Amino acid sequence: MKAGATLPERRFGPQTHTDIVRYQGASGDFNPIHHDPDFARAAGMPGVFSVGMLQAGYLGTYCVDLFGPESVRRISVRFAQQVWPGDVLTCRGVVSAVATTDLGETAEVDLIIGRNADEVAVSATATVVLSGHADEGTTR
Amino acid sequence: MSTSTTHPAQRLIGNVLFAYEMPVERGKIREFAAATGSSDPAYHGTSPPVPPTFLTTSMHWEPQDPPLATLLGLDLRRVLQGGQEYTFIGPLPRAGETLQAETSVESVTEKRSGRGGIMTIIVVLTRFTRPDGSVAAEGRATVIERAAA
Repeated sequence: MKAGATLPERRFGPQTHTDIVRYQGASGDFNPIHHDPDFARAAGMPGVFSVGMLQAGYLGTYCVDLFGPESVRRISVRFAQQVWPGDVLTCRGVVSAVATTDLGETAEVDLIIGRNADEVAVSATATVVLSGHADEGTTR
Repeated sequence: MSTSTTHPAQRLIGNVLFAYEMPVERGKIREFAAATGSSDPAYHGTSPPVPPTFLTTSMHWEPQDPPLATLLGLDLRRVLQGGQEYTFIGPLPRAGETLQAETSVESVTEKRSGRGGIMTIIVVLTRFTRPDGSVAAEGRATVIERAAA
């Protein structure tokens, strides 16, 4: 793992209304704008749209799949575009730097969630521990 | 940075808006992992670590009376979430632990928008501490209130 390395892509979706509702229940954000079409239209939207933090959750999953469940020390996301039911989301990433810290070897990664063909829905950075794999596979 | 109209959130900077307990629960971790597309077996164990954005479930524990938006003086019709950051310090929280959460306003920035109105960017900090008082994690939510029409 070196600076400049490209991470393998990972897809989520097509996103369904059920995905959104399931996330709202799990997270505690019950804003009706994400599941009630009448409410969304009254607020001036063409229909319901996704919860931004669901996409942040997908980026967290992307990092865990690549680096392990104990690897993520920091994740910072910026919401660029809304995500809509039916969207296919693609996680992509690049390693921007690698360093040795008191946690072991860590990497800074730049991540995006692409929406359908070429839109960027979310951009993010994360700090992940590369050498902490001793914790993987441990059942407690 | 002084403007003729100061957002109500400015006077809250540094004050703890609310403090509450957040038990970290096995079932909730399992549910959240599934809801965020994860099938990692680590989240199905008896003492799983939290997924990277799990601390957003603090919404289930956060006081609602009054809700945070009211405390911040926000007009919900003009509010968007701009971003979110989580930083972990020391071992990841795990199911079975209880964290103490404290929410405060970290910063308020006002910018002139393209049409001349004032857009307000608020960073809300939630600090999660362990029973021994050490900080386990910090969450920073960037809240954007668009300029009034």
